[in-house]
Amino acid sequence: MFLKIWRQDSRNVDGRFETHTLDGVSEDSSFLEMLDQLNEQILEDGSEPVVFDHDCREGICGMCSLTINGLAHGPENSTTTCQLHMRKFEDGDTITIEPFRAKAFPVVKDLVVDRSAFDSITQAGGFITVRTGSAPDGNALPVPKEASDKAMDAAACIGCGACVASCKNASAMLFTSAKAGHLNMLPQGQAEKDKRVIAMVSAMDEAGFGNCRNYGECSAACPKDISLDYIAKLNRDHAKAKIKSIFA
Amino acid sequence: MNLDPQIPEGPLSDKWDNHRFSSKLVNPANKRKYKIIVVGSGLAGGSAAATLGELGYNVDCFCYQDSPRRAHSIAAQGGINAAKNYQNDGDSVHRLFYDTVKGGDFRSREANVYRLAQISTNIIDQCVAQGVPFAREYGGRLANRSFGGAQVSRTFYARGQTGQQLLLGAYSALSRQVATGQVKMHTRSEMLDIVVVDGHAKGIITRNLANGETQAWTADAVILCTGGYGNVYYKSTNAIGCNVTATFRAHRRGAGFANPCFTQIHPTCIPVSGDHQSKLTLMSESLRNDGRVWVPKKEEDCGKNPNDIPESDRDYYLERKYPSFGNLAPRDISSRSAKEACDEGRGVGPGGRGVYLDFSDSISRVGENAIRERYGNLFQMYERITGEDAYQRPMRIYPAIHYTMGGLWVDYNLMTTIPGCFALGEANFSDHGANRLGASALMQGLSDGYFVIPYTIGDYLAKTGSGAISPDSPEVKEVMESVRERVDQLVSTKGKRSSRSYHKELGQIMWDYAGMARNEKGLTKAIGDIQDLRDDFNSNLLVPGSSDDLNAELERAGRVRDFLDFGELLCRDALERNESCGGHFREEHQTEEGEAVRDDENFAHAAVWGFEGDGKTPTRHQEKLTYDNVKLAVRSYK
Repeated sequence: MFLKIWRQDSRNVDGRFETHTLDGVSEDSSFLEMLDQLNEQILEDGSEPVVFDHDCREGICGMCSLTINGLAHGPENSTTTCQLHMRKFEDGDTITIEPFRAKAFPVVKDLVVDRSAFDSITQAGGFITVRTGSAPDGNALPVPKEASDKAMDAAACIGCGACVASCKNASAMLFTSAKAGHLNMLPQGQAEKDKRVIAMVSAMDEAGFGNCRNYGECSAACPKDISLDYIAKLNRDHAKAKIKSIFA
Repeated sequence: MNLDPQIPEGPLSDKWDNHRFSSKLVNPANKRKYKIIVVGSGLAGGSAAATLGELGYNVDCFCYQDSPRRAHSIAAQGGINAAKNYQNDGDSVHRLFYDTVKGGDFRSREANVYRLAQISTNIIDQCVAQGVPFAREYGGRLANRSFGGAQVSRTFYARGQTGQQLLLGAYSALSRQVATGQVKMHTRSEMLDIVVVDGHAKGIITRNLANGETQAWTADAVILCTGGYGNVYYKSTNAIGCNVTATFRAHRRGAGFANPCFTQIHPTCIPVSGDHQSKLTLMSESLRNDGRVWVPKKEEDCGKNPNDIPESDRDYYLERKYPSFGNLAPRDISSRSAKEACDEGRGVGPGGRGVYLDFSDSISRVGENAIRERYGNLFQMYERITGEDAYQRPMRIYPAIHYTMGGLWVDYNLMTTIPGCFALGEANFSDHGANRLGASALMQGLSDGYFVIPYTIGDYLAKTGSGAISPDSPEVKEVMESVRERVDQLVSTKGKRSSRSYHKELGQIMWDYAGMARNEKGLTKAIGDIQDLRDDFNSNLLVPGSSDDLNAELERAGRVRDFLDFGELLCRDALERNESCGGHFREEHQTEEGEAVRDDENFAHAAVWGFEGDGKTPTRHQEKLTYDNVKLAVRSYK
């Protein structure tokens, strides 16, 4: 197969595409194992392998990224790059591989980008303040199963950044709304709800993410199928919190 | 080597209370004078850094990933145990303690395990309060499921992503502390050495993976929460980056390494499909609540479509051999049984290394939707990797390296043999003996981080006083220089072979001779083979590029270099432990039915290895394990 891969030495220099031909790829290989194979070949040729982020390789840590043929995490729905397998491609295909592109995700090297802006959003308010050891019995507060299930749907976000990479505005609304939504839907999260949404949305804006225009590409690209409903919920919660702050 | 476990006085159930009372405290105003380094940001590291920050200590936390939220605890699927007895089915702190000691085949320290069982209930409370979306019943109370090695239902879970949710809970608490400035987070940073001054841990040396810079950090104490060493086998369920470097480097500086041969091979993983494979994927043990394990009775049926094999021609071997625990037999026993069936030629799938995990009975009993709700993400993951639909056709599974019970030796305070250097979570050895029960790793990581270290580190700090040295002091510079030399050595070898190829070859040696079954001849051969491989590595390694840049090949080379030394230590430990217990199965010691035979007279101890220098044989020390509250018994699940 033919690979067109983005190479970039560091953040502040221009990048370029490099082409490679790779033979003997097993259809049972994952996409990243195909890149491992390519890197061994590059190494044998005396050049520098392509760097890319990856870790758990089972679709949960959110470290892998890559825009494959223009799609964040590639062509298969509900799948991270590490879980994408080569049986989804045809022999002789040309595959274009780029980093996740967004102003708030600067390239570190080749296909590796800096997604620490997501950490900043969480640090702004993505938590419930509870001192270790101060919690009441776990069953003291019943949580309706429906609320718990919905919170879990949001909490399934792996923080990979595919939502940002697939949005033409590079908006981080799906990520932020999933993080805030998870906590805002639970009774435990009510006390800090208003403060949380205002702080997280400002952190998101400050990090340089674009505005949400409801294109919906984010949810389509999301490997964990986070729903657009959470964006609607965040908008609602944010508006409420702002209005309350005016009258406070 | 001082191996005093510092077990507190008093009856088992009062030890932790007594200890907390007799431990010295650091007053709130003085806490800010102390600096603590936490290496790793998984359940143990994340919860420790967050809690210590909250207490007022100045914490520096390090992880090699781009965010602390990605540590491999995130991949734990099934659940977390706690002796809440919400099911009213006979659970208690003492039962969780007993199950864990028995599950570990009587090779763990009683006092530590009892404390773990006591703390288990606080963990659930803490996590619920943080907003961890545990599974709930319709009445809004917490739901439970069963796990291997227990006859009560005490496992709390969040779908098939419990580790993810617990880690995100710890990460959220950590993030709060990062925002206040109490914890400084250093991502893409790998610890390459520890600084020991006058016998006390005083700092670490890291390499910034993004730009290659070597940096020194000093503190009043160092806490290692760097996970296990399963990747010494190359293919495991660990993340690609998991490594032994931090704990092994501490070992080289004086920390005793306990029971390296206690490795856990998880029975339900997706079988190996080919040489391209870089890792193995776990299918949660919780699946054994609803799946039945079988192989064909007749060899000639192995190639058939499993749905065409009639009930009478199937051997549900776990139900047959262990009727009272059935498909929920502990991991080591289930793994060995799978190997046995495949060795007999009754394995299925590529190479005959697989057994079926069949959900058809449960699907007809509770419906496909109920199964989807419980395990949907696992079935999807299975489909992605194998291209097969497990709702229609039984899953194929096979054992794979998953967890390592061995680790740095720690006393009751979780302190290693280097004063001031602590080890938490999978990085230490203390709680799981020779085999860990399912849903106990998450429990231990959070217990150590949230509830144990905040007390025990205070005692150490109060007794030693504050005294962080300057990063510019000669002791630090000396270690820094040796790190630089080692890194340069890797880059400048300029041989012909990639670090990955060495890692693969090492993994094959380890799997063949120190895997599910071990014997004297094989282990002796493995030690020789590893030494030869290491010699070749030292002269023929190829690392392209430079050390002052992001260089993934260099990162791997450094980790593989430590695995080469460590693999030898593991084999040596397996060779010296001339008995079978838990995950350590020596073929010389088994019953006629193939069950493990322990030797309590000679091996009821933790083997603790001391580093004596490169090329020198390490020394083996012992911490005798005494059991005052349980009777050493043959472990039976029949």
